Parts: sequence; structure tokens; C-alpha cells
Amino acid sequence: MFRPVLLWTDALLFLLIAGLAAFAWHVRRTPHLREPWGRVARSRTGMCAAVVLAAYALVGVADSLHFRLPASQGPDGRVHWSAEVLSVLDLALARLRAGAEKTYSAPLAVRLHVRETVERPDGTRVRERPRLRYGGAHLADPDRERWPDVARRALAGAAAGLVLWAGAAALLAAALARRWRLSWRAAFARLAAGRTELPWRPMLATAAALAVAAGVTAWLAAGYHVLGTDKVGEDVLYQALKSVRTGLVIGTLTTLLMLPFALAMGLSAGYFGGRVDDLVQYLYTTLNSIPGVLLIAAGILMLQVYMASHPELFETTAARADLRLLFLCAVLGVTSWTGLCRMLRGETLKLREVEYVQAAVALGTGHGAILVRHVLPNVLHIVLISVVLDFSALVLAEAVLAYVGVGVDPTMTSWGNMINSARLELAREPVVWWTLAAAFVFMLGLVLAANLFADAVREAFDPRRRVR
Amino acid sequence: MIAYIVRRVLYAIPILIGVNLITFALFFVVNTPDDMARMHLGVKRVTPEAIERWKRERGYDLPLFWNGAAEGAGKLTETIFYRKSVRLFVFDFGRSDRGRDIGEDIRQRMWPSLALAVPVFLAGLLTHVTVALALVLFRGSYLDAWGTVALVVLMSISALFYIIAGQYLVGKLMHLVPISGYAGGLDAVRFLALPAAIGVLATLGANARWYRTLFLEEADKDYVRTARAKGLGELAVLFRHVLGNAMIPILTGVVAVLPLLFMGSLLLESFFAIPGLGSYTIDAIQAQDFAEVRAMVFLGSVLYIAGLLLTDISYTLVDPRVRLG
Repeated sequence: MFRPVLLWTDALLFLLIAGLAAFAWHVRRTPHLREPWGRVARSRTGMCAAVVLAAYALVGVADSLHFRLPASQGPDGRVHWSAEVLSVLDLALARLRAGAEKTYSAPLAVRLHVRETVERPDGTRVRERPRLRYGGAHLADPDRERWPDVARRALAGAAAGLVLWAGAAALLAAALARRWRLSWRAAFARLAAGRTELPWRPMLATAAALAVAAGVTAWLAAGYHVLGTDKVGEDVLYQALKSVRTGLVIGTLTTLLMLPFALAMGLSAGYFGGRVDDLVQYLYTTLNSIPGVLLIAAGILMLQVYMASHPELFETTAARADLRLLFLCAVLGVTSWTGLCRMLRGETLKLREVEYVQAAVALGTGHGAILVRHVLPNVLHIVLISVVLDFSALVLAEAVLAYVGVGVDPTMTSWGNMINSARLELAREPVVWWTLAAAFVFMLGLVLAANLFADAVREAFDPRRRVR
Repeated sequence: MIAYIVRRVLYAIPILIGVNLITFALFFVVNTPDDMARMHLGVKRVTPEAIERWKRERGYDLPLFWNGAAEGAGKLTETIFYRKSVRLFVFDFGRSDRGRDIGEDIRQRMWPSLALAVPVFLAGLLTHVTVALALVLFRGSYLDAWGTVALVVLMSISALFYIIAGQYLVGKLMHLVPISGYAGGLDAVRFLALPAAIGVLATLGANARWYRTLFLEEADKDYVRTARAKGLGELAVLFRHVLGNAMIPILTGVVAVLPLLFMGSLLLESFFAIPGLGSYTIDAIQAQDFAEVRAMVFLGSVLYIAGLLLTDISYTLVDPRVRLG
């Protein structure tokens, strides 16, 4: 029994996915759009990056299906719902979430990272590093059995990952064989030799690497803290995975929120010119001239004051953190729409003088119809390039904002919050490096994949590069 | 030329008024001074008298726009808008919510900021252009391919990583420089070397890649082909023709950020405890000192507009085709 919860960012995220699906369907039917997208699909690095992005997206979507479980049942049969909002990802990672330790422990450790005074049964007191409650608790003699056990689990996990991957790859090969009208064997041979139009072989290799990594991690996580635990003993792997959604939301929803404004302002400024143009230019110069961090800080400080004086509006802490996330996206959007708006204005200025637009004007087509039918489709590539380029910048910006203290809510897991809370740990003796490392590596994976994909998209859509 | 500059400066005034109105709306209209006082004094268990006292001490007890109780011109000047926002135009920043003189703070903290920002800027420009040129010189080779990949990886790494890792490696493990802190005079070099190096490295990926595309675009033009056809060597072509022409967009882009060097670098200054304007800004945000944040917003806007102006002027200087209309 559960009660679904739809947070604001969830709703927008699903809206975005629906929009992307509709766009993909539209692209399939439109030859002049299919052509550049085909070029993206043929780019090897681009498609490998897309596979990695898809893995991140999977985690993010699983973390966006929220619900609440019943806490207790009253005598009259009415259910009291728990104040904690869970997601499908939390269910999948239930063991990681439950297995909290006392404090720091290193990756794959069986003992705490720090020494504690422990009282022996015979009454003597010793300083030692006590066993973990969860990590390696199944081992009788941890110091001797640990590494063989880890190796066994890793091998089993890798094998499981490979089996899963092989199954998926076989399905893909079968589907491709039908499409190419070839026998299974011929289709396999083609895939294995890499003689396909789309770069299936590198994509499958990337997927294999991901599957093996996921398998090893899952098998190890059943008995250990794969990436260690943080100061309050929470599993770092769990935090890093929970942060994926935050990063994705900031990277995508910011653009989604600012896109309508940028499009409307940029197009009308370029198309109508005159007063409208002056006004729009004034608006974006003004907004641009306010230092971005300070504008965000001002916005977030205002929101904090507002939330502090209206606590009754938020049913759960998750709802409050979610509203702050959404607001952060909106403020980031305000600071980042100006660049796109300026580019759209310039392009529309050029397009206004093009013959087919002039012809449409001469035929008496309305302004709205001209903008939507003749101008908009021809500036879409600019929108697209800037959207994918902005994504990685926004994910990186989140970490910086968390450090400044105006990022996402402190109760929300994000890479920025992880880094911010762990940034002094390298100064500890002995050094605690795993929280920082985990946050940076997960962030690097997403940002690098996004950058590589953005390159492929730019390569395919930029008209200046197509000539050569 | 002078008429043009004067006109551009006049054009800056409505923008500054806009900035002023936006910040005023953000800080005083969306949330009243009462809310701010409550936030500073703690949300719960705060008496109305305490709020009144907090507001009076900081001059927030006046009406927003119109003071009907005052005499003559005081109706306009005895208001929060005049006292807190209009005064910014003459760079009278007033006192911060914590009671410090903001103008004095800014004058003092400007120098450490510049001491870090200027070396980072100059060394960065030199390094990034050199790396980009080297990649273009070996274009089409493995060096170019892997170099470009390396740049993408570099630009995908968070700036925080460079700082934290740099402090750990150089400061803690190798004991080459102090981990953080600042001293005046020549001593500052010891404290500034590491943050400056990190500042250059952290922007290497994005900048060198951008410069590389600029150089490549230039290297494909007809006059370059002509130069090669004349029998000019690759190095001569690159340095004598490509570099000079590709520097135009680079330099004009760089001019825009020149005035903003005053604002310092948020992350570097705060991690390395350099008492500049960047760390000042972060302190103000974290202490939720609205007066300081407001002052920095205004200062930042002024400098940004100065950057725009400098860009326009520099275009007319380097490119004779651009005329002042």
C-alpha cells in the first residue's frame, strides 16, 4: 500500500520526457530534421556518450517516481502516511539506505575509520577500530577473509552484469537482423565487425562496461559499503546515486523554464525591431549586468525568508526542498536566458530579410504564422546547440552554488552538497577521500558525457561546419 | 569618438536604474524589512520591539517610496528607496547590516583581489593561446586529436576539484606553499602562486578549445592559403597571419571581462582565504547581509557595463571596418 506523490519537479520532468518523445516522433517524420540527427547517430563518441547519459537518466527517472508509505493505522481504519517521501530508487537501494554506520568507514572496509575506546568483556579498555554494523558483517574472520570475499563477489557481479548485457545485446541483434532482412549469423557477424551504419559496436562496448560496473557494484554492495560511509555513517554510493536526479533536474528544467521566454523575446525582438527590439535589448542587458551568483543569491535568500515565514505551506521536507530546487532552476534560468535570447535575435534579424519570409509577408500571412512556421523552425538548431551546451555548465554550477550556500536545499542530496560537506575532510588525519572522490567522479561522468554528446550535436547542426 | 563615448555612458544610466529597481524589488518589496529582521533575529520567539530596534538601527524603519510625515523634499529622501538605493549612484554604499562601512571595505579589499585576478588573467591568456596554437600547428595529428580530448576532459572537471586537489597535493603533501592565507607586499607571491596556477588550469579546457576553433576558422581562409601557396612556412603562416587576425575576437572578448577583474574570484579567494572582494561577496551571502549583497550587485553591474563600453571601443580600434554610428 502506498500513496503516490507528485512533486513539482517530477511533473515537469515527466512533461519534459513526453516532450522529448514527441519531438523524436516529429524528427522521424521530417526529412530535413532526420538528416542532421542521423549524423548525430552516426557519431561514435556522441552515441557512446548517449549510452552513458541514458544510464544516468534511468537512475534519475527511477528517483523521480515518488510515493509515501503508511506509518501507522488509526483505530478507525484511517491511514497515517509517513512524512518521508521515498522513490523507486530508494526501494532498489533499500539495503544501502538501511545499513548506516556510526561514522566514517573506508570503501569496502570492515572496521570504522577511526579508533574508539571499547570495553572488552573482561573489563579492560582498549583503543581499537570497531567492526562495522553492516560492512562485512557476514565475515567470521574479517581480516583474513575480506579480500577473497570481495574478489569472489566482484567476479560473480561481473559475470551477472555480462549475462544481462549479453541478453540485451542478443535482443538487439535479433531486432537488427529483422530490419536488415539477414540471418542471425550474418547480423552478428556484421555487428561484431563493426560494419554497421550506426556505431552499434562501440555503443555495445560502452553498455558492457556499464553493465559490468553495475554488476560488480551491486554484488559488492550486498555486503559492503562500496564507496565507504560519510561522517554520520551514511553510505556514500547511495548519496552519489541520489544526487543524479538533482543534477539532471538542474541541467534540464532550467532550460525548460527559460526557453519560452528566450524564444518569445528573441524572436519578437529580431522580427518586429523598433521599440520591441529596444525593450528586449534593454531587458537582457540589465539582467545580464547583474552578476549571476549575486542574482541567484538574492533570489534564494528571498525564498528562504519567504519559506521561514510560511512554514504551513509545505507538508513534507521533500516538498520544501523540491520547491527550492524548482526556484533555483527558475533563477538560474533568469541568469542564463539572455545569451540564447541575444543569439535568437541576431538570427531572426537575418531571417527577416530572407526571400521566403518576404514572400510570406507579401502574401499577407499574419505575423504569428510567419514566426511559427517560417522563422521558428530555422532557429531551432541554435536553441538545440545552446540547450545541450548549457546542460553541463549547469550541472557544474550547482556544485559552486552549494559551496556559496545558495544551492539546493541542505536536506537534498546533490553532488554540490556532498562536496561542500566533505571539503575539509582531506585535512583530516588519516585522510578521508572517498566522499569527495565519489562526488567528483559521478559528476565528471555526467558532465563529460554531456559535453561529448553536445559536441556531436553541434558538429551535426552547425551550418558553418557542414560546408567543409 | 568622444560624442560616441558620452552617448554610450548616457545609455548606461537607464540600465543602472533598472538594476537598481530590480534589486530594490528583490530586497524590500518581495520580503519586507520585517521579514529580514525576523530572519536575522531568529524566526521564533522574537518580540515586535526587537524587530523595531533592528530596523531602526539599520535605517529600515522608513516607508518604502513616500514619506508623508516628513517635510518638503524629505517626503522623497526620507525613504528606504532614496536612502538605500538612490545613494548607490554616487557610490555611497552606506553601512552594512553588521555595522561596517561598505565603501571602506571595498577600497581595502580591491587590492588583494587585483593581485590575484590580474596574474591569473595574463598568465591564463598566454597559456591558453599557446596551447591552442600548438594544437593548431599539429592539426590533424594524434597530438591534436588527443589534446582536444584532454581539453574536453579538463573542462568537464568541476572547478572545486582543481582547488581541493591542488590544495591537498601542493599545499599539504608537498609543503611547497602555504595552504591558505594572505600577506601584503612581496610576501604575497608565496600565497598567490598556487591559487593563480589553479585559476589558469581550471579555465584551460574551455578557453583553449574555444581559441582553437577560432584559429582553425581563420586558418581555413583564402588569404592563408595564398600565404602558403607563396611558399611561406607553416610557422610563419601561423604566427604572422593567423595569430594576428584570430586575436581580434579573442582580445575584444577579453576586454569585456577586464573591469570585472575588480570583483575578484569567488571560489579561489574564499578557499585560499584571500581577503578580496570575491570572498567578501561570499561572506556577505553566507551571513545574509543584504546591504553588502546590494552594494556588490550594483558594483558588479557598473563594471559589467564598463566592460561593454570597452568592448565597443576596442572593436573600432582593431577593426577599421567598424564605424561609430
